Amino acid sequence: MLHLILFLFFGAVCVAGAVNLLVQSHPINSALSLIAVMAALAGEYLLLGAEFVAAVQVIVYAGAIMVLFVITIMLLNAGKEERTKGSRVAILLGVPGLLIGAVLVAWTLLFRSNTTMVAIGAEPGSPKAIARLLFHDFLLPFEVTSVLILIAIMGAVVLASRPEAVAKTAGERSETTPELVGAGRNRG
Amino acid sequence: MNIPLSYYLLLSGFLFVCGVAGFLIKRNIITIFMSIELMLNGVNLSFVAFAAQWHSLSGQIFVFFVMVVAAAEAAVGLAIIIAVYRTRETLNVDQVNLLKL
Repeated sequence: MLHLILFLFFGAVCVAGAVNLLVQSHPINSALSLIAVMAALAGEYLLLGAEFVAAVQVIVYAGAIMVLFVITIMLLNAGKEERTKGSRVAILLGVPGLLIGAVLVAWTLLFRSNTTMVAIGAEPGSPKAIARLLFHDFLLPFEVTSVLILIAIMGAVVLASRPEAVAKTAGERSETTPELVGAGRNRG
Repeated sequence: MNIPLSYYLLLSGFLFVCGVAGFLIKRNIITIFMSIELMLNGVNLSFVAFAAQWHSLSGQIFVFFVMVVAAAEAAVGLAIIIAVYRTRETLNVDQVNLLKL
């Protein structure tokens, strides 16, 4: 009973946040409702026993990634979004299609699927067990993701830096070839 | 005390569909990006739910990899959004319709 009540509570927060993300027209409101969704999802992970995943969800997703989003929204001074008229065919076909698909998936999951009943904390993912798996069986993917993160950091720095700054440093580096400097400035 | 695992999968599917709908109907490029994060979160929930069904921690490990990829994607994507805004002065995707400046 407790499991069901907690599941429904966190699930209701998730659903409300996700719908609110769609309804709001200001990006900062959407970002805040997304934070609510992520925090409630951490609660769902805790119910399933994935305690370490829940902690990482709060720290990385609701913390780091969403801070990045909020900073970008404030940096770009994003205002209300302008509504453009969608095509009528998309609504006429999309809404019934979505409803049919939703009913089919829900029916299959509830009555025709092979899923079991789960208790609270069905699969306890303690940090120790996670670390053993991560550093033994999944060592190669772990290292590859660290390289991916490194590339992403460099890409973000290059993409977000001002074009003039890039041209300037390029100019300082190649002072012996003046035509290249000119090309860099013109491009910037 | 036990509840069916399909409830978790239903919630996960709902979050994913909300993400898809936001991706399609939203016009602000940052909100579209947030819809992608919502989709990734829905998938993460079903990973954890199936980890509980099969009593295997590998599902939870996959969640970490999804999170890492999401973090990298958010960093690069937001940098691209900043670059787009600098050259076009708009965040509306309908006005960003040329690859060339």
